[in-house]
Amino acid sequence: MAEVLGRSKALAVSPLKTSQPLGASLAVLGLNRAMPLLHGAQGCTAFAKVFLVRHFREPIPLQSTAMDQVSSIMGADDNLIAALKTIAEKNRPSAIGLLTTGLSETQGTDIHRVLKVFRARHPEFQNVRIVPVNTPDFSGCLESGFAAAVQAMIAEWVPTADDAGTGPGRRPHQVNVLCGSLLTPGDLEALRELIERFGLHPVLIPDLSDSLDGHLDAEDFSPITIGGTPLSAFATLGDAAATLVIGSSLYPAAELLESRTGVPVHRFDHLLGLDANDRLVMTLAGIAGRTVPARLERQRAQLQDALLDTHFLLGQARIAVGADPDLLHAFSELLAETGAEIVAAVASSRALVLTRTPLSQVRIGDLEDLEDLARAHGAELIISNSHAAETAERLGIPLLRAGIPQYDRIGGYQCAWIGYGGSRQLLFDLANALLEQADHGVAPYHSIYSRKADSRQEASHGTPQAFANSGRWH
Amino acid sequence: MKSSDLAALLNEPACAHNLKSKSGCARPTPGATAGGCTFDGAQIALLPIADVAHIVHGPSGCAGSSWDNRGTRSSGPALFKIGMTTDLSEQDVIMGRGEKRLFHAIKQAVDRYSPAAVFVYSTCVTALIGDDLEAVCKAAAQRWNVPVVPVDAAGFYGNKNLGNRLAGEAMVKYVVGTREPDPAPVDPARPHLRVHDINLIGEYNIAGEFWHTLPLFDELGLRVLSTLSGDTRFHEVQTMHRAEATMVVCSRAMLNVARKLQEQFGIPWFEGSFYGIGDVSSALRDFARLLDDAELSARTEALIAREEARLAVELAPWRERLRGKRVLLYTGGVKSWSIVAALQDLGMHVVATGTKKSTEEDKERIKALMGEDAKMIEDGNARQLLNLAREYQADILIAGGRNQYTALKARLPFLDVNQEREHGYAGYQGMLTLARQLTRALENPIWEAVRRPAPWTTTLREVSHG
Repeated sequence: MAEVLGRSKALAVSPLKTSQPLGASLAVLGLNRAMPLLHGAQGCTAFAKVFLVRHFREPIPLQSTAMDQVSSIMGADDNLIAALKTIAEKNRPSAIGLLTTGLSETQGTDIHRVLKVFRARHPEFQNVRIVPVNTPDFSGCLESGFAAAVQAMIAEWVPTADDAGTGPGRRPHQVNVLCGSLLTPGDLEALRELIERFGLHPVLIPDLSDSLDGHLDAEDFSPITIGGTPLSAFATLGDAAATLVIGSSLYPAAELLESRTGVPVHRFDHLLGLDANDRLVMTLAGIAGRTVPARLERQRAQLQDALLDTHFLLGQARIAVGADPDLLHAFSELLAETGAEIVAAVASSRALVLTRTPLSQVRIGDLEDLEDLARAHGAELIISNSHAAETAERLGIPLLRAGIPQYDRIGGYQCAWIGYGGSRQLLFDLANALLEQADHGVAPYHSIYSRKADSRQEASHGTPQAFANSGRWH
Repeated sequence: MKSSDLAALLNEPACAHNLKSKSGCARPTPGATAGGCTFDGAQIALLPIADVAHIVHGPSGCAGSSWDNRGTRSSGPALFKIGMTTDLSEQDVIMGRGEKRLFHAIKQAVDRYSPAAVFVYSTCVTALIGDDLEAVCKAAAQRWNVPVVPVDAAGFYGNKNLGNRLAGEAMVKYVVGTREPDPAPVDPARPHLRVHDINLIGEYNIAGEFWHTLPLFDELGLRVLSTLSGDTRFHEVQTMHRAEATMVVCSRAMLNVARKLQEQFGIPWFEGSFYGIGDVSSALRDFARLLDDAELSARTEALIAREEARLAVELAPWRERLRGKRVLLYTGGVKSWSIVAALQDLGMHVVATGTKKSTEEDKERIKALMGEDAKMIEDGNARQLLNLAREYQADILIAGGRNQYTALKARLPFLDVNQEREHGYAGYQGMLTLARQLTRALENPIWEAVRRPAPWTTTLREVSHG
């Protein structure tokens, strides 16, 4: 329903967008014993690594094909083959995500062909699974890079039902979950628990709640991921009872999975708020053939109570949101449910979902655009990543941090806002952020006839106008 | 950039590496590489210039994941903290619209933010498609009457050091010498003091640590024309040619700037460090020596005596707590020995130090400090560092932020001494901060807690063994 306004400026100021290779790297980090490899200059990897380390406060495995001046011009196929060989030899991963960058795409690399050459030349590394993904950073954003990687994993590793002899429901308790980049490791943990309440066994793809949840492992060091979706899980997807997909960016990946396996897909744009979670719970009850557990009924009642408690604050609250498309859409629907108004909406990149979002306009742009829109429309709260901290400060309004990166807070990656319980927490967080800035409405007025000795002090907290009026009489 | 120009830069005559091998400029290994690119290095070197609009000309990956992540601080304008990029689209790349977008981008930055100057950084993609950075910058500068400086330091040119050097080169070529310094203000308390102008090169004011040393320069009557580039302004960089002496702070990467300032303007220079009491004192003495002013020398000696005496008293309780603690130090270049000295000064025992970016001269200094059989770590990957920490029974790992989680996941106390750190350790005052942070890391009760196994596992073992 929303009108999507394209980018209007030559210069992006305070970029909101994070690049595709970084998103794809993140998806690969949700696989067990994996290593993302960026085909580009060493800086592509170094920047992405620092970025992810600052967000997750975890060591991040990430490698580079280290393209230099000569290989950028003369061809970098040898770099790519050497890098794959080195990683396979030194780190013995189960999987490598082979991801392109703006540099290698501009150069015109054909990673699929080079991968074939590598396979022919190095049969000794046959058991290392490699997923090639085209992720130039001159298109898309973190979300689309993440989605491209998930789709490529399915394309590479999920056999068709005919080839593998799989059949929907042969593992009657298994539920495949394709998890979009809008979900945090904390969200995934909550989602797993929710699914398990129905006696179902979720297979999360990718599973960042098992690799980047911030846990202290018995092992002191690993050059590759510890935890994440095991590669062996991909062969079982065709036997599951159902597939859930969270985040519209993963719908194409879900379609591919469905066409390969015949396992029915249930689509969820997001899992924020009452409506989305009612749908999820009904779906799970249907798959499991069970009644809804009493505990969930209680949580739903708690969420409804939170809607009541927060509606004084959230009703007609004026909110500015800057995020990747799926997360922006999620907040738009949640805030619509609470009666709040999104007065400024900026997405990092185009996506189909934005046309469905319940807003009149969405701008593709940066945090400068968000700042201008928020100022023009009197926003009272910003929802965006940590980069918007300065924006919020300049506007003098609070920031609720959501999305990636969150480097000026500890544990942002673990914050769970999905499910009935998580949605309740989100309502509280939104309301509390607004409370911090609470404007008590009417500015003190000082009668021109009054002689209150303390009025000057009072007035300094009110508007300049009130101060000026009272000042005349002193 | 032409490969001959790059080769000339790699062949830095003032670089001590240059005499022996080119180990410091080695090519990275695909699949086993760490560290930033040339563009990263150029940004590190120049981004702290606070009143400049820094525009990254390239697709979103370069600026999108790197803006607003530096620990450098400004006492005034915050323009440098606003990320700016042409954020090239696929169409821009294919249709060759990069130059046009850049031209308009510069106008947009000038119109809205009125910067003192605009710096434009090239990136891999714009270098590969052949955008003429210099021509666009020249045209934009003429059209909008603001200095526009091209920094041609695309990522694939090489490593971070090269980026530092290219950034320095751009300053010498386009900025230094384009303005005369204002007369130094007269200190009413000391109206007859002879004030000397000096440069620092590579002082990035991480965590504001330069504000520990700047008061010392004020007291001595030394005016810092520019730090290149912590908390500096564009107009200050323009005046660097008028300094009477230059100090290259803890970073060999911008030696080319010091050398060119000497060749073109006859400014003598020295290398030094602000880490550790001894190094701060000798840096101040080096300035006094180069400036050849008897009164300045006397003031310097008095200041050193006073500060060292003060530190001796204030550090005493900290030394007590840190004595005998074993440190594994892994950092590069000058810091591989200057921090050793600082740690030894605190009574700590440095069991090994990293020498990846160190020169032969650095290594000699390490031997002088740590003994002939000092353990030097040439290339310490995470696994190796942990093994060494175990072998030498280190109590703490002191390294760059990249190794922070290596140490923490191995339940080893850690202190960050590189550019992302949150505390300033420079100057005399910085030593106190360093001592406090060291004890904070070492004495925390969590170390026992994170090493303690879950009670049920030990109980079970006792049961099964018993």
